[in-house]
Amino acid sequence: MSDHDKIYSTKFQDRIERSTVLMFVMVAIVLVFGGIVEIVPLFYLDRTMTHLSPDVKGKVDSKEISPIVWQRQAGQSLEDWKPGDGVRPHKPLELAGRAAYIREGCYLCHSQMIRPFRDEKDRYGQYSVSSESMYDHPHQWGSKRTGPDLARVGGKYSDEWHRRHLKYPREMVPESVMPNYFFLDDKKVDAAKVKKTMEVMNAMPFYPANYTEADIASAAGIEGETEMDAMIAYLQSLGNHIKFTEDVNYRD
Amino acid sequence: MDAVQATPVKYDMEVVRWFSVAAIIYLVVGTLIGVWIAAELAWPSLNFIPEITFGRLRPLHTNAVIFAFGGCTLMATGYYMVQRTGATRLWSNGLAWFTFWGWNLVIVLAVITLPLGITQGKEYAELEWPIDILIAVVWLAFGLNHIMTVAIRKTSHIYVSNWFTMSMIVMITYLHVVNSLAVPVSLTTSYSIFSGVQDAMVQWWWGHNAVGFYLTAGFLGIMYYFVPKQAGRPIYSYRLSVLHFWALTFGYVWLGAHHLQYTALPDWTGSLGAAVSLAMIIPSWGGAINGMMTLSGAWDRLRTDYILRFLVVALAFYAMSTFEGPVMSIKTVNALSHYTDWGIGHVHSGALGWVAMVAIGALYHMVKKLWGTEMYSDNLVNVHFWLSTIGTVVYIVAMWVSGIMQGLMWRDYDEYGALTYTFIESVSAMHPYYVMRTIGGLIFHLGTLVMLYNVVMTVRQASAARGIHAVPAKA
Repeated sequence: MSDHDKIYSTKFQDRIERSTVLMFVMVAIVLVFGGIVEIVPLFYLDRTMTHLSPDVKGKVDSKEISPIVWQRQAGQSLEDWKPGDGVRPHKPLELAGRAAYIREGCYLCHSQMIRPFRDEKDRYGQYSVSSESMYDHPHQWGSKRTGPDLARVGGKYSDEWHRRHLKYPREMVPESVMPNYFFLDDKKVDAAKVKKTMEVMNAMPFYPANYTEADIASAAGIEGETEMDAMIAYLQSLGNHIKFTEDVNYRD
Repeated sequence: MDAVQATPVKYDMEVVRWFSVAAIIYLVVGTLIGVWIAAELAWPSLNFIPEITFGRLRPLHTNAVIFAFGGCTLMATGYYMVQRTGATRLWSNGLAWFTFWGWNLVIVLAVITLPLGITQGKEYAELEWPIDILIAVVWLAFGLNHIMTVAIRKTSHIYVSNWFTMSMIVMITYLHVVNSLAVPVSLTTSYSIFSGVQDAMVQWWWGHNAVGFYLTAGFLGIMYYFVPKQAGRPIYSYRLSVLHFWALTFGYVWLGAHHLQYTALPDWTGSLGAAVSLAMIIPSWGGAINGMMTLSGAWDRLRTDYILRFLVVALAFYAMSTFEGPVMSIKTVNALSHYTDWGIGHVHSGALGWVAMVAIGALYHMVKKLWGTEMYSDNLVNVHFWLSTIGTVVYIVAMWVSGIMQGLMWRDYDEYGALTYTFIESVSAMHPYYVMRTIGGLIFHLGTLVMLYNVVMTVRQASAARGIHAVPAKA
């Protein structure tokens, strides 16, 4: 039976209901716990990041496995990095491609986060680890696979395949439902904006890119490239930063 | 019922009228964009110019339904309920008009920027930083006005609807401010200060609580006022309201992590999110039962009261989605459902079945009260009800089938231990369901057109009637 003819309130609940200030304060307090407990530790618990996680770090230090994050030596440029050297910040042309990737909403249909399942390993490769996206402001993990995962698409197809596929996807894959991105061919990248983006990435409070002045100056070199070139450069850079060793647990 | 009062209070209802009409228009537009992008997935040649490609219009669809339709509904009902439950006028009518024009400016800017590809690339928080600042200003103005109106109420206790609205106001402020922190590159480009795993967690803390507070707490406030009003019965249980409110306020905040099961987010975070998600079934069902049982003794009214039908079916969908969600957050289920259309189906059973239905019920109720008239056509309300219900069911059934099928195809192995299907085989297998989903969405959209027509005719009829009486009064 309904209880609307009786008052079951506790004294405290009754006080809250009578006071706007108390209600406001109580609500404001009760609402913060979940966020604090789930978010704040991710910034300081070492196990959150693969390269800081004690087990993985120990194996990297003893040279048992390849580095997780690129340890750049003085005088080295971004061009000195080789696949397998570890996670590095995006190169200028890749940043331009990434900007187009975000602008076109690619993340709405493509994830960049491989889960540790047998079928995902067979289909996409090694499961993704947290440090791989440490320079991704914002992350592009995605939440939906209308198209396949792209976390390790780098090197899987030729540049020419990507070019033709991006322009008219159904020319390469007849059943595809992806829009035609032929217009990427007509747009030139904005080198000045990429330079500014690199400066912004250096100014980030979390995981700044630490581009050198030479890196930033090198952005001028992408003048004249198309957004298509940039997009392809970005896609080809995905997933090959770390050389993973079979049977090592990279997540714990 | 409440037309006769001992001391009639003059309320500030003009701004509520404008918000209500705006909400209905945005419902029509938002669902139309939804139908269009659904069709794009079924027939990709529809993506003929960059501005209308799926990747650019999808954020416009979500912004239009969540922020334009949802926001206008929440502000219309928020201002309406806070005055009526407190027997007082708004603290500031001027500030209310500022929120009306400010919010609509946000929507106009979204309509311009999103098709141009101006986006922060954070799901459900795509708008660029200048618009984010405008949202914050307007939202705080709404919050201040609402809370101050609660403060100047003439009643002793704060009504339960206003608790929910207040918790929405506070939580959305937290979420919007933290999740939108970004460093600008230019007026139209900025990058989140967070990256990778931390950004993913912040993003889904926002993402799930936009659902939890904006689309759930806010609309539960609506439910707690409009269901008793329309049924003509007091809310079933005060105790359940208290339990529902505090459990939801405390618990919902934790759920975002369940969007990131098996990702590079640490296991403990996802598991914690899933554990709290399961616990949330109890208060959610408590709330749904509270709404449903309010009708006890008045169930027969469902036969004749089409507005009440919307509200009750909304509660049924609320109960269903708040069961489905926790189930999907369990790791073994999530392993199958994540990345598939099942997620889209789940969102829409909540968005169409719960949010839109309860909002539509409340909007019809308010239109009658605000213009002091009966609906132009009650039969059209009934037609709308069936179009909404059938459209929603067709939509979510299509997405259940396609989602589960995708999940099963992706993980299937043949007898030689090789993957049975290529990815593209799973894409082409989706085609019939994408067509079916488009049809379901279209049916729902047609219902919104019926509503718009009915409301426009109702307002015209009411204005005409007022005009007839006004002439002799002037003379």
